[in-house]
Parts: sequence; C-alpha cells; structure tokens
Amino acid sequence: MTFPDRIERTVEIAHPPARVWAALTTAEGLSAWFGKDAKIDLRPGGSASMRWDSGDTAEMRVERVEEPMVFGFTWHIYGLSGDDPRRTYVEFTLEPAGAGTRLTMVESGFAQLSEDAYRTAYDGNTQGWASELGELVDYLDAAA
Amino acid sequence: MPQPDIEAIAEQVFAALADPSRRAILAALASGGPATATDLAGQLPITRQAVAKHLALLTEAGLVTAEPGERRRVRYRLSSAPMRVAQQFLAALARDWDGQLDALKDHLDQHAGKSED
Repeated sequence: MTFPDRIERTVEIAHPPARVWAALTTAEGLSAWFGKDAKIDLRPGGSASMRWDSGDTAEMRVERVEEPMVFGFTWHIYGLSGDDPRRTYVEFTLEPAGAGTRLTMVESGFAQLSEDAYRTAYDGNTQGWASELGELVDYLDAAA
Repeated sequence: MPQPDIEAIAEQVFAALADPSRRAILAALASGGPATATDLAGQLPITRQAVAKHLALLTEAGLVTAEPGERRRVRYRLSSAPMRVAQQFLAALARDWDGQLDALKDHLDQHAGKSED
C-alpha cells in the first residue's frame, strides 16, 4: 500500500492562458465550473469560498497569484472536521501550448501527519519525539 | 513522499475494517460509546472470547483504548486519531479532479462561442 500524498493532472485546453486564468481566479469563472456562489479575494492570504448542491462547502486561502501562470490555494482535507489544521495545497500552472494552454494541477499534502497521529504511532514510549515531530509538522504546515 | 508511520497507521485501520467482526465492534463503539467486552458480546453475534481477542488486537493497533469502568471492569473506547489518518487516504481517492477538469474544459468551450466574435 502506498499512501497517496499528491494528485497530479495535466490537461491540454484549446483556449489561451488568459481565458483559463479567468476561469480559475474569478468568482464568475469558478462558479461556472467548480462550485456555486464562488467568492474570491485574489491576493496571497486572501480568502475564497464555494458551495455545492450536496451541502458541501469549501473555504480556501489564496497562496500564490502570478498572473497568468501560477495560482495556488490551500483548503481543508475533505472528511476532516473544519477545525482540523491539516490542509492540502492546490497549485495550477498554466503554460502556453500553441494557441491553447497546458494546465497542470497538483494537490499535495494528503499524507501529512498531525501531532495526535504521531502520538498514536509512537504510543508514549518516545514522548519527546512525538512533540518534536508535531512541531516540525506544524512548522511545515505554516510554511506551505 | 511516502512516510512509513502514516502508512502503518492507515494499514492497521483498513486491516481492522476488513474483518466483519472487528467492523461490527468498531461500529458499536462509534454509535454507542465506550463499552465492556461483555456489553459488546451481548449486542453482537460474536462470542465473548472472540470479542476479547478482537479487542486485544484493536488495542494493540491503537484503534481502541482500554479504560477503567464501573466495578473495575475494563471499558473500551474508540480512538479517533487513526481513523482520521485513514480519512486522509480516502480523501485523496475521493477527490474527483478528472471530473472537475472536464467541467473546466466544457465551460471554456461553451463560453468561447459567445465572447470570441
């Protein structure tokens, strides 16, 4: 078994990067293909949100904005509670390809461990390690 | 980057869930809260000995914890941290990026006719 840490897809799109960029980074664009009622404050640290008919909602934090090439955000890992600090990082990279765009999507961070999971893994016999590693994970999470 | 510890935790959760008796015990603890081996044997079509054997295995794997209960009987409580690790694994499998990126392409194709003339 291999725990998947990242998901990666590359697709060729028959439209120029500026059009793809608008679909990825504007409320109107996101609402048209991703989630409903999208809102986005397009700057690093800005917040964005979407919802679905299923009742699911997504709260994102914008991380990278390099128009029209790189757009990155973090969001919660689906299925974990809203106050869980673990988030995955989604990054879209747009490259011109002829008249169109080569779009690469990478979502990473599924395999990160929280401090309580480390505590379970080491089960008390290496208490020091658990908190050290927890701090390392927190640091990496904050830097992501 | 695969990490052996997170792998091991997820593997223990999925191995536990693959067995119908252990699945029934975990489900009973999730829905009814902490219980003794005797309580569980009373609720489930599993013998007291089999319940005790499964609980020992689940405790060893860190999926349940033993705690003192009434009249010094040991009660077993579900441990949620390993379950959340397994949820992370499932979250990666449940993310439908293929469908999402198809929707993006469709949106751009439909939109092209309207705005490019």
